[in-house]
Amino acid sequence: MFQNLGEMAMLFWRTLRALPLTWRQRQKVFEQFFEIGNASLLMVCVLSFFIGGVLALQTGPFMAERALVNYLGGIVGYSHCRELAPIMMGILIAGRIGSAMAAEIGSMRVYQEIDALRTMNINPVHYLVLPRLVAIAIALPMLVIFSDLVGWLGGAVVAAANHQIDVGMQPFFASLREVVDFQDVAHGVVKSFFFALIVGVVSCQQGLATLGGPRGIGRSVTKAVVNSIVLVVIADYFLTRVLLK
Amino acid sequence: MTTNLQTNSGGVSVQVRGLRRSLGGHEVLRGLDFEVKPGEIFVIMGPSGSGKSVLLRHIIGLEDPDAGEILINGESVHGGEVLDKYRMALVFQSGALLNSLTVGENVGLYLTEHQLKSPEEIRRIVAEKLEVVGLKDTEAKMPNELSGGMKKRAAIARALVIEPQMILYDEPTSELDPLSAAVIGKEILKLQERIHVTSLVVSHDRELAFGIADRIAVINEGRILAIGTPDEVRRSEDPTIKKFLTADFKL
Ligand SMILES: Nc1ncnc2c1ncn2[C@@H]1O[C@H](COP(=O)(O)OP(=O)(O)O)[C@@H](O)[C@H]1O
Ligand SMILES: [Mg+2]
Repeated sequence: MFQNLGEMAMLFWRTLRALPLTWRQRQKVFEQFFEIGNASLLMVCVLSFFIGGVLALQTGPFMAERALVNYLGGIVGYSHCRELAPIMMGILIAGRIGSAMAAEIGSMRVYQEIDALRTMNINPVHYLVLPRLVAIAIALPMLVIFSDLVGWLGGAVVAAANHQIDVGMQPFFASLREVVDFQDVAHGVVKSFFFALIVGVVSCQQGLATLGGPRGIGRSVTKAVVNSIVLVVIADYFLTRVLLK
Repeated sequence: MTTNLQTNSGGVSVQVRGLRRSLGGHEVLRGLDFEVKPGEIFVIMGPSGSGKSVLLRHIIGLEDPDAGEILINGESVHGGEVLDKYRMALVFQSGALLNSLTVGENVGLYLTEHQLKSPEEIRRIVAEKLEVVGLKDTEAKMPNELSGGMKKRAAIARALVIEPQMILYDEPTSELDPLSAAVIGKEILKLQERIHVTSLVVSHDRELAFGIADRIAVINEGRILAIGTPDEVRRSEDPTIKKFLTADFKL
């Protein structure tokens, strides 16, 4: 998987240099952006609600026994927005959007559509990669903010409904507000921005490098998803190191 | 109809010198040398698998050769700037329409992406070119709603929109009925008369080849067997060529 790193870096660099063309490609950026939202919003909702819920469920009874339950909202809110929301949304987007990007671009490669673009002097990086990368880099941080809200709500609902925990909504959110500040949310959002770039570049590179007919498309999709997830998790560690003060 | 053609400075010349290329451990092109003059209709014939499609991909710069070179108006295509300088189009064997776009968007893609015309003008040009290839009012269809022959014709319309100085056709009539094939043949001729475009046509269609060609090259296993006017090729004594040109179903 690491032998593609060089090609991925090249592709990323070529896309960066094309950034001034984003305005010309705005139509495609919007299309990709809404496609990402459409494809993932419901899943983000469900996933985030249950992540928040299970955080409350795991930590709640433990804290209730030790009379620390006043901190529950803070603990749940903090871990969700700093770590769980960006990493889980990154993985979800790798599976849902990265796979679609690799499949779409891969099939264009196999059916000579990319060659056709090149003969028309249309740069495939400008036409295909740039809009996707810009859209995912905007969409994923927004999904993470959305996930924060839903996840906190999920934690609060479980904390209130479970009688071993039995913390009302109001004390839950009061504690959350006390512990979680803007920087914690920003920490998760910044990480997710980098995850978006990883998923976008890995998936587009795999799509463009598709070889060997329709079977190759399946291989590219698998590699795109697996490589995205592994790189996202590795990047998560190092980004956390860098962003942690 | 001719207003937007005036930017065109006529056809370009093509020189292929010592072209060699191996693919998948097999030498597909084994030293090709030929020249196509500006405004000429040059037909390349040869059996399946003889390297005709691979040759066209090299001429338009999609592939780099292992040895030899290709010059368009004296400039190498392998730098990449040739496509910025000259308008060239390749009609792929499969059409290679973008499946996510409508037929109309496909045909107008070059103008839209390079922002060469206003949307209304693009619509008008697209309608005009689709009518030329016999696909009137198919703008809103998706490529997967078209038959193979219709896709090919839409691809030809997409090439015409570029107003190219050279068009490469990869088996333009292979999936067409005889009537549509004749229409495409006539269109290739008309285009040459009108804008002096250089045409390279790869085809097995003997009627098309002898009907439109200024010169014909016959290639087999990556080598040129004969090259010349239709009459010269027809009179060739080479047994492979004779077999290829006279084969029919009553064997
Ligand atoms: N990308 C490729 N990889 C390996 N072999 C190829 C590739 N493209 C073409 N070939 C081989 O090159 C030969 C010529 O192919 P092609 O130019 O498509 O033939 P045709 O004259 O029918 O158009 C065939 O034997 C084909 O298998
Ligand atoms: Mg072919």
